[in-house]
Amino acid sequence: MPANSAVTPSTLSQRDLPWQIHWDLHTCTLCGRCTAVCPVNAIELGVFRKRNINVPPLGSQKPSSESSVYYGIRQRTAPAYACVGCSMCNLVCPNNSIQALKSETTDMLRFHRDQGGQPRTRGGRRNLSDSVLDQIKFMRISMLTDPALDAGRHEFEIRTLIGRILPPAQAIKAGQENGWVPPVREIYPLMIGGMSFGALSPSMWEGLQMGVAYLNEELKMPVRICSGEGGCPPRLLRSRFLKYVILQIASGYFGWDEIIHSVPQMKEDPCAVEIKYGQGAKPGDGGLLQWHKVNRLIAAIRGVPPGVSLPSPPTHQTKYSIEEAVAKMIQSMSMAWGFRVPVYPKISASSTSLAVMNNLTRNPYAAGLAIDGEDGGTGAAYNVSMNHMGHPVASNIRDCYLNLVGLGKQNELPIIAGGGTGKNGNLASNTAALIMLGASAVQIGKYIMQAAAGCLGTEGDRCNICNIGRCPKGITSQDPRLYRRLDPEKVAERVVDVYLGFDIELKKILAPLGRSTSLPIGMSDALGIADKAAAERLKINYVV
Amino acid sequence: MCRLFSITSTTALSPIKAIEALDMMKEGHDGSGVGLFLSDLDGAFSRFRELPILSGIFTRSGMRRLEEYMSAQGFVPRYQLMLETHGEPPPGTPAREVYLIQAFEPPPEWNILSADMQERNLTQVRLQLRHMGEARKDMVVFSFWPDVIMIKEVGDPMDIGTYLGLDREELYARRIMAQGRQNTNYGINLYACHPFFIQGISTMTNGENTAFVPIKEYLSRQGVVGYEGYQSDSEVFTHILHFTLRELGLGIEFYKHVITPLQDMDMLDHPDRDLLNSLKQACRRLIIDGPNCVIGCLPDKTMFMVQDSKKLRPGIVGGRSGLYAFSSEVCGLDAVIPERDKAKDFQPMHLDTAIVSPECKEVRICRQTQPLPRPH
Repeated sequence: MPANSAVTPSTLSQRDLPWQIHWDLHTCTLCGRCTAVCPVNAIELGVFRKRNINVPPLGSQKPSSESSVYYGIRQRTAPAYACVGCSMCNLVCPNNSIQALKSETTDMLRFHRDQGGQPRTRGGRRNLSDSVLDQIKFMRISMLTDPALDAGRHEFEIRTLIGRILPPAQAIKAGQENGWVPPVREIYPLMIGGMSFGALSPSMWEGLQMGVAYLNEELKMPVRICSGEGGCPPRLLRSRFLKYVILQIASGYFGWDEIIHSVPQMKEDPCAVEIKYGQGAKPGDGGLLQWHKVNRLIAAIRGVPPGVSLPSPPTHQTKYSIEEAVAKMIQSMSMAWGFRVPVYPKISASSTSLAVMNNLTRNPYAAGLAIDGEDGGTGAAYNVSMNHMGHPVASNIRDCYLNLVGLGKQNELPIIAGGGTGKNGNLASNTAALIMLGASAVQIGKYIMQAAAGCLGTEGDRCNICNIGRCPKGITSQDPRLYRRLDPEKVAERVVDVYLGFDIELKKILAPLGRSTSLPIGMSDALGIADKAAAERLKINYVV
Repeated sequence: MCRLFSITSTTALSPIKAIEALDMMKEGHDGSGVGLFLSDLDGAFSRFRELPILSGIFTRSGMRRLEEYMSAQGFVPRYQLMLETHGEPPPGTPAREVYLIQAFEPPPEWNILSADMQERNLTQVRLQLRHMGEARKDMVVFSFWPDVIMIKEVGDPMDIGTYLGLDREELYARRIMAQGRQNTNYGINLYACHPFFIQGISTMTNGENTAFVPIKEYLSRQGVVGYEGYQSDSEVFTHILHFTLRELGLGIEFYKHVITPLQDMDMLDHPDRDLLNSLKQACRRLIIDGPNCVIGCLPDKTMFMVQDSKKLRPGIVGGRSGLYAFSSEVCGLDAVIPERDKAKDFQPMHLDTAIVSPECKEVRICRQTQPLPRPH
């Protein structure tokens, strides 16, 4: 840009951007792969003019200059084309000539991301890597009386129950009198949380489903996956694999026309039905599928016209209170499958979670409560919702669990925790911490995208463009040119790897604690943290 | 590690017999304490079989408070036994003022109460005394129940036996449970010493219940009088047994199914799988964990032994008609019943409950894979 040209308020330099492209003239082959692969067109072919000055030996001739031209890569600086740091350019470069580096200083782009009056929307999670769960350690290692268990050789009962558990006396009475017993599923405690068909690409969805089916059918690990709010492919609804799926209904009711009409043809009941009232990543906000991703397939499954944005309302429009929602929706859903399927609500962690929990304890049909913490991920949300709204999951789970303990109903209403589990890669320890704080099961989303499909997103605001359908790995895109990059078979293999690896790590935590006969739900005496305030708040040991 | 020894016999025996067995197993415990449960009494207390017997340790002022309290409640003191100490306390044993065992006649108005109410009231009296004692450190009350004596003290079991003169006729009993160690998993406290007792049910454990905290939290909120204390992780075994028998109305055959339910594959082959599955789910909060060998005595004087789901602790049962013993180690059994047929000794494994009924005719093995008696 000429030095005397006009600048606008949003004219930024490369230095002002959060991600800066470094390109090496000497090794670049000018193959063009990087510019072709860039999901946001942040780089383009650059024609650079360069002036060369010739300075002859002293006194002989006057200095002269000449111009030459060379070709290379130019980073665009307009806010709409700012590099997202996905580093696909580096991935495809044959000579490692280009890379995106994070700016060491605070970027200026953040002040200009509301062009046209539209605040920034994105996918991903909160851009903070701190985690209370990571600080929790397991410190009650039995040293005196207990021979440590052998994680590799002993048997471990790593199972949990989803569904309303009757108090023992009532359960026996119901058995004797052939009374109704609420449906209960015995499942693996690490579930894949709700990511909709639409938010995820067909390849990703298929890969996850195949991985889950393999874990169940070949490895006998009863892993369950939630459909998210976006319906379910008709073939899956009518297959025996439906029993591994938790169908989610949310405020947009997307896909439920198809689901309800499929009920008579279902060979198996779904594992459960999750009624989504809230999501940790954007509490109080509805689901959002932006128009970029609503192609004909998605539109057909969801029962909507193609090419329009699909914002789910923040609340269920036909209800005016959670009490009514609990009473009516849980019963309606239960009735649809003859009271054979557990139905539970999912809410975003909030200071009002306890009120919901108390309400559910009085509802004999409520099968559990899923609580999604502020670190939960999403395919699309306003940046402000993701970064600043919500409640940490640890204290919320703990409060709800201790509330149940106070009522003498611990585990009668299973608490399912989610949101940021394994955000820094510590999946097994985060899961174990949540279970020992009181969760019966844990849901993961972003972790499985990162581990099973190579999602590039990080807590450092890398990529996070799930919302516009340009996912460079084909995980959250509906563009066949992109999602064909993702091989569903390979995703399935990685899902299996993740679960097997997780299982070994979890046993490595449980064995030294002497726990193998049942999942250590609420085993708070095993937990310690070096933060006194956190220890007091969570009612766990303070250790330094 | 704790060492456990219990005897069930058709003829009354001295508690010293059980302590001798503990002494034989001394290599396996640190001799830090002893706990005794005596029932089906033969001596002077057998004349007061229907009257509740209070067992505990008191200071002089605690005794006065006890007398005042019991009198105010309408209890009439009957036969009293104060254990006289012999010589100086053994190393590690505090000097106490009164080791009291006393039968009381309940107030006459109790006669119109149902058996359940009477039992509840007895438990409440024991708890009230315990709370009073904890407040002023002048009373420790172990049991208050008909035909049951409990003695607990810190120190070497044999030394304590001699010091307290336990080989006396008043303490002869047909059911004796003895444990040779002061609890060390949590704070040292006489209430943490096994065996534990509630309403005719007593158990003692060699091991560590790693699921203690969630089980304790669950039990203590079930509104059952007596589900409190929990100075030891093993106390929950007694209360789970009480919960199984009294609150759920199930038999001893179900106890193992509550604390260590069958795994899926075994469950599938079980004829009572529906009942067991529902029990496994409903009682999941009572599933124990860690290495544990539990020996217990039921209100009908049946004795039993169960192991944890991996059988990580030693335990053996053997004897002859009329006399059987449950022991942590064979040498304990050899010390007390050397004449038995050793080929019939049985070491319960991870699915077994070994049961000896009060007639002491045989050891009945109840495996979890066997069909169950229907609940009634």
